[in-house]
Amino acid sequence: MGTDDTGGRQATAAPGTAPAIELKGISKAFGPVQANKDISIRVMPGTIHGIIGENGAGKSTLMSILYGFYKADAGEVFIAGKRTDIPDSQAAIAAGIGMVFQHFKLVENFTVLENIILGAEDGGLLRPSLAKARKSLLELEHEYGLNVDPDAVIQDLGVGMQQRVEILKALYRQADILILDEPTGVLTPAEADQLFRILDRLRTEGKTIILITHKLREVMEATDTVSVMRRGEMTATVKTSETSPAELAELMVGRKVLLRVDKTPATPGPVVLDIKGLRVRDESGVERLKGIDLQVRAGEILGLAGVAGNGQSELLEVLGGYAEATGEIHINGQPLDLAGKDAHGRARRARGIAHVPEDRQREGLIMDFSAWENTAFGYHRDPGYQSGLLLNNARIRTETEEKMARFDVRPPNPALAAKNFSGGNQQKIVLAREIERDPDLLLVGQPTRGVDIGAIEFIHQQIVALRDKGKAVLLVSVELEEILALADRVAVMFDGTIMGERLSAQTDEKELGLLMAGVAA
Amino acid sequence: MDFLTLIQLLDSTVRLATPLLLACLAGLFSERAGIFDIGLEGKMLAAAFFSAAIAALTGSVWVGLAAGIAASMVFSLLHGLASITFRGNQLISGVAINFLAAGLTVLIAQDWFSQGGRTPSLMGGARFGPITLPFADALSGVPVLGPIYAELISGHSILVYLAFACVPLTWWVLFRTRFGLRLRAVGENPAAVDTAGVSVVGLRYAAVLICGVLCGIAGAYLSTALQAGFVKDMSAGRGFIALAALIFAKWRPWYALYATLLFGLFGALETRPDVIEALLGLKIQGALLGALPYVMTVIILAGFVGKAIPPRAGGQPYVKER
Amino acid sequence: MDVMPKWAEVALVPLISLILAAVLSALVILAIGEDPLEAVNLMVTGALGSTYGWGYTLYYATNFLFTGLAVSVAFHAGLFNIGGEGQAMLGGLGVALACLLIPWPHWSLALLGASLAGALFGAAWAAIPAFLQAKRGSHIVITTIMFNFIGAAVLNYVLVNLMRPAGQMDPATARFPDTTNLPTLHDILAPLGIAFSKSAPANVTFLIALLACVLVWFLLWRTWLGYEIRSYGKSEPAARYGGISPVAITMIAMLISGGLAGLMAINNVMGEAERLVLNAVEGAGFIGIAVALMGRSHPFGVLLAAILFGFLYQGGAELALWTSIPRELIVVIQALVILFTGALDNMVRMPLERLFLMLRRSRA
Repeated sequence: MGTDDTGGRQATAAPGTAPAIELKGISKAFGPVQANKDISIRVMPGTIHGIIGENGAGKSTLMSILYGFYKADAGEVFIAGKRTDIPDSQAAIAAGIGMVFQHFKLVENFTVLENIILGAEDGGLLRPSLAKARKSLLELEHEYGLNVDPDAVIQDLGVGMQQRVEILKALYRQADILILDEPTGVLTPAEADQLFRILDRLRTEGKTIILITHKLREVMEATDTVSVMRRGEMTATVKTSETSPAELAELMVGRKVLLRVDKTPATPGPVVLDIKGLRVRDESGVERLKGIDLQVRAGEILGLAGVAGNGQSELLEVLGGYAEATGEIHINGQPLDLAGKDAHGRARRARGIAHVPEDRQREGLIMDFSAWENTAFGYHRDPGYQSGLLLNNARIRTETEEKMARFDVRPPNPALAAKNFSGGNQQKIVLAREIERDPDLLLVGQPTRGVDIGAIEFIHQQIVALRDKGKAVLLVSVELEEILALADRVAVMFDGTIMGERLSAQTDEKELGLLMAGVAA
Repeated sequence: MDFLTLIQLLDSTVRLATPLLLACLAGLFSERAGIFDIGLEGKMLAAAFFSAAIAALTGSVWVGLAAGIAASMVFSLLHGLASITFRGNQLISGVAINFLAAGLTVLIAQDWFSQGGRTPSLMGGARFGPITLPFADALSGVPVLGPIYAELISGHSILVYLAFACVPLTWWVLFRTRFGLRLRAVGENPAAVDTAGVSVVGLRYAAVLICGVLCGIAGAYLSTALQAGFVKDMSAGRGFIALAALIFAKWRPWYALYATLLFGLFGALETRPDVIEALLGLKIQGALLGALPYVMTVIILAGFVGKAIPPRAGGQPYVKER
Repeated sequence: MDVMPKWAEVALVPLISLILAAVLSALVILAIGEDPLEAVNLMVTGALGSTYGWGYTLYYATNFLFTGLAVSVAFHAGLFNIGGEGQAMLGGLGVALACLLIPWPHWSLALLGASLAGALFGAAWAAIPAFLQAKRGSHIVITTIMFNFIGAAVLNYVLVNLMRPAGQMDPATARFPDTTNLPTLHDILAPLGIAFSKSAPANVTFLIALLACVLVWFLLWRTWLGYEIRSYGKSEPAARYGGISPVAITMIAMLISGGLAGLMAINNVMGEAERLVLNAVEGAGFIGIAVALMGRSHPFGVLLAAILFGFLYQGGAELALWTSIPRELIVVIQALVILFTGALDNMVRMPLERLFLMLRRSRA
């Protein structure tokens, strides 16, 4: 530990010390997608290094390479200055790397102790292994302040405790380098604070920690250095003390070709969507929406900004009719049934809510279905498409051809399966389906994720055109730039609440970035 | 019902429960490792034929047993190939194995012995005979305990004792050894095993092979101990009853013993309608009694009485995720 | 992205699987000391060389068509209905009750009534596993297997204790009245001047099966219900997004599936045996699995596969008659077809996909 002039938080290694871990020129492609492009990092021992970036930026791929899940196409890994091959998890463990995955890799009906020794047993019989592990566990608990009941069964433990078990698992295997992937995604703020105290303690004891996150606040609070990833590339590595949340947000979101959407100022009409006190719990009982109040008017686009995972997805699902919630939602002044028999997608569509879901491949499209079959999806029981039990295939096909022409879908072949279109054209198929129904309210999630530049502009124009027809649009995007370009008004979500609302003409990325980071401006 | 009838009934319960128990433990190893196996029936049938056939040809029941186990393991490997290596549908693979065994056994039996799909009757050293335990004869005169020892406990074939010994052994392997810990883990969460640096594929193949060995013994028991030779379709749904017992036992070794003994008792009662009539005062059709294990299993599956939770990763091929 | 062109997916993969199954079967025949070519020759003459042979081939194909369609409809909803055997058994009970209890004036009405009863009983037998799957999450494969055995026991009980005429030894119902006897293909074709074997069991039900085939196709690809069934089978998250109820679709698909399996009984029970016997289904419910897998769950693929299996069954019977090859050869072939087209699908598909990928690259 050296001294420094940044408040004693930052650890610096003595000159000449080899980095605990160093990556040189790592590249990895999945088919045509370049998940990692020529990535290099150096992490000094006894420091906490943050890797920050949006979903899909390539963070997890990079860590999977480090943990032997994937083989890099190019590049080298050095551990403590020594070139190390990591063909599998076994090798990673042997090299002193421990990983705490976002989704824990624990056996739910095993005890803490059993999970800890799994794969690291001494000899063929369990009793001696368990006895030895119990002893070491006590030592580890003592050393790092990680208290866990060794005989508790995992499924009875809270997520915070389960995460401790994951950390103990790594420490039991004598990991010197600990990688945590989105560790606070499932934690309450109090649990998160506790985690960071533990990490601090581990650093003090000389461990090297890599923290992967998309939460700016965590990076600012917990790390010594931080690397920013965007679209598979490492865009910057900076000292945490020398940067600011706003700068990081900008680096994360990036400045691509400046988006400009030609639009006139909005002329908002009556309230179309009125949400009051909306609450949602997920399967494990964690509250994902903590009392949302929100209004969208006719003729305006409300942009919902926020780092992924702060409740935007849940809000869309509730509005789209496939997640249960409590609270009140009114559409054009009429209440929506949030739990009864009308709480399903078809009933929502009948009320004039159209929905372009965030994940078009999982939800928005049936990838094996043809384009024309997908064009009716969700509306297949509307009078125009259905007569009696019959589906009016001829009409759907004709309409699909028209829609494909209007939305410039390529190739304009209604019989082609959805999976054979590019991302942009898939999105156009979904958009055409939803917009052409002339809804009162359009829900759009991540309209341009995985979409090529050419199609982005087109998609944006369509959304603005719908607004200009006097419809209400609720736009969810993690791309700040997209929100600023499209939305008339911006609401920022953080941790299941609305942090604030701004008129987009009167705000900027910096202010929104702070709100996204949970810092009330 | 007199005491002797009871002893007889329990005696045949033990004999009928033995193949169920072996097959049930076989399924337990496989399913605990996350590989569903509805091919227990087929493996048993294949083993029944090959052990009887080889025993008939060599005159040695032990060589027959080895052949039966080997045949069953070949089918296990096929199941492993389909469901582990090629990540195919485990259920469809099981169905295929059942038919393959049903067809091949008769086909080969006809080719080898030309007796309409049977093997010749096994005699002498080609069959597992009853073992008389020490002092069985001497003690048989002792009231109550004597007959229990002499008639019920003594006088079974070695495979019966082996099957019952497999229960504590299975328990010990599963819950007291490293292999067992890993095996249970791979059926619950293969990703946990994989990230801990242990081979998921290796563990699953090991489990499937153990399943093959136990099914092999079960099949050999049918044709060389319970009966004296192979006849077409002689497994007669026992593989499925074993599967039912496995669910009934909630994938636990000791419960497997109780479940198969219960189902064995049903089987024994099926052949003694007089006993049921004497007990309950009404006639119950043997066929309906035979269906009882299945009905009970459906009720358990429905979760109305003590929900059976299968190993969480059961039936799903393991694919590494990002 | 599709790696393979559609024709390869639809025709080449099943064809290669079939060839693999055929080659292995030939090896089996060789291993038992018979000549595979001679066997094929015998099978073709026996099954297709006469109207008698065709009569049997089509009779078997009719059974397999119903059970194959039953498995296919469930597959489309992402469900594996392994209970066709039991559902067809219970369908037989329905048909027998309809034929024996109601004094039908004419076979056509009897056919209508019996079809309804058969389908109803089959559907009812599928309903409980479907409900348990939809509402309680009980694995439908296991429950349908259990229901096969329970069905056999129920039928056994009913035949022995309730429906067996007094004085009859074998567990079977009385013969159905003559007015319920269905016209055979001979009866149908004779007025048209086409000679067809009198003694073969193929009957008017074959036409019903063809109709069922068309109707299933129509259901799956022309109605919104079929659309919802296919959507749910392809992607449950998408189905939820689209407002499709998983519970409803699971129930409906299984009821249709069970109904189709139950319908088989008008062929084997009403059309052929003209009474209900214990083992009337003879494994046709399981062959439906092979037929559905081979036909890629498409009604017309199922039709082709059903006729192929009909041919195998009749050919196999002939083989058993004239050579020392037992009928069980067909069970082996059936197993190999299920193995290659179902469980080892990836073994066939993966090298093919690699091949097409290489071809595409070399062309690009």
